[in-house]
Amino acid sequence: MSLGASSGRHLQAALGALGRLARAPLASLLTLVVIALALALPAALELLVNNAQAATGNFASAVDLSVYLKTDVPLAKAQQLAQAAQQRPDVATVTLISADKGLEDFRTYSGFGDALAALKENPLPHVLHVRPRAAASSAAALEALRRYFAAWPEVDLVQVDAEWVMRFNAILEVFRRLLVIAAALFGVGVLAVIGNTIRLEIQSRRAEIEVTKLVGGSNAFVRRPFLYTGVLYGLGGALIAWGILALTGLLLSEPVANLAKLYGSRYELAGLTPQDVGVLIAAGVVLGWLGAWISAHRHLRSIEPRA
Amino acid sequence: MPCSRRRRAPEAPVITFDRVSKRYANGREALSNVSFSIHNGEMVFLTGRSGAGKSTVLKLIALLERPTRGAVVVNGRNTQQLRPRHTAAFRRGIGVVFQDHKLLADRPVYDNVALPLAVAHTPLKEIDKRVRASLDQVGLLGKERMLPVELSVGEQQRVGIARAVVSKPPLLIADEPTGNLDPDLSLEVMRLFRRFQDVGVTVVVATHDMHLVREFGERVLTLENGGLAGGDPADPLPSLVATR
Repeated sequence: MSLGASSGRHLQAALGALGRLARAPLASLLTLVVIALALALPAALELLVNNAQAATGNFASAVDLSVYLKTDVPLAKAQQLAQAAQQRPDVATVTLISADKGLEDFRTYSGFGDALAALKENPLPHVLHVRPRAAASSAAALEALRRYFAAWPEVDLVQVDAEWVMRFNAILEVFRRLLVIAAALFGVGVLAVIGNTIRLEIQSRRAEIEVTKLVGGSNAFVRRPFLYTGVLYGLGGALIAWGILALTGLLLSEPVANLAKLYGSRYELAGLTPQDVGVLIAAGVVLGWLGAWISAHRHLRSIEPRA
Repeated sequence: MPCSRRRRAPEAPVITFDRVSKRYANGREALSNVSFSIHNGEMVFLTGRSGAGKSTVLKLIALLERPTRGAVVVNGRNTQQLRPRHTAAFRRGIGVVFQDHKLLADRPVYDNVALPLAVAHTPLKEIDKRVRASLDQVGLLGKERMLPVELSVGEQQRVGIARAVVSKPPLLIADEPTGNLDPDLSLEVMRLFRRFQDVGVTVVVATHDMHLVREFGERVLTLENGGLAGGDPADPLPSLVATR
């Protein structure tokens, strides 16, 4: 058998499968929609997690560490420390707020101006405001940075307002685990839907299968069109899922932009990347093929020609 | 196809039944201890009343059933020793014609006839050529696009024959191919089989139509109650030549 003939035969089997789907459009469409929803739900969860992470990534990078130096550290030493902190690769900017500047700010903004005037000396320490780089804004990286500064002998206290980031990241972790479970469950669901569809089709084409085996059709030959049908269902379902997700993103983009604006952010909803789309389509095709193969393997064997 | 009749000298057997018995799951013994050989290029009629075991013999040849005891050797292969994955290739060496022709009702004539070539991964061009040649042989050229139901019973049977011979199998077996046909059509179908025999195909026809059998005067195997009936050349029915 030549390669050309073989690929021609595959093409014919694929077209035949497409033709059969088109012959029962409503039933095929219902199956496709079920598969599409099963694929779209985990994909949507993935998008949700990714967007949440991207959004908090933005917010987390706005989280500063406040490094309070001991009150006996002189300003010159504080400036040295600020320069040293600036050298770290995970630090974006370091702002030194001297004790005098701190007191002045406090006087201006707190309303305790008169009371503060009664102080003989400035009780405030020098403070370094450290802003981590975006890449180092995860809860773990922040914690590492906090430990680093806390270990300095001149440092009295390091305050990280990152507790909510950690909690949020923990929630995201729960969602990510949920996503894996959901993807697995829905994957099994797709297998079951396609397997059952193929089983029904095998039953309805029993006579044809018998005759094909009778004239010498191998199991592989008889199985092939059903595998194509499964792949087409998976592919079609994945494409519809893509459409559903794209439409959802379109409908959500404006309210999300409004929400972000209220938070003073220019955050934009991230849609499916080409890579995501590739994974989605590959998942559909593989699940379709596998579901059809399992079903065909189980049910075709039992059909033997009777004379 | 050349129409000159060449009687071939018997060569190596194409079909050998060696003390074959077949008992079905329901306990009925359809064949008991049957032995015979059919040689390359022979045309053999398998006769007997319904239930005598004709269909069982054909099923054993086409590997639709396996013998309970004994050996069935077809085209040099012992069906008992054939692995399931070789079943398909084995069946491609046999053309089968059924009384009810077993055509696919929702496929045009062309697709039905092309099926044995398609399963053998024949290139499309070659399929086209051979389907037409095969339909030409049975006189149905030009009806490729018709559905089986649009054809007469005789034409449907000839589509079944075209399908059986399209892949040029060395062995053609037919189960009551004239069962639904009037005498004229029956004769026509048998002549068709004779023509295939002329080009070297071994032909086995199960039939209870003794008129037809007499008309052709070929070798006859008569089954009676699951065994081969011993024949006497003087018997008014054409005698059987069973190799025992």
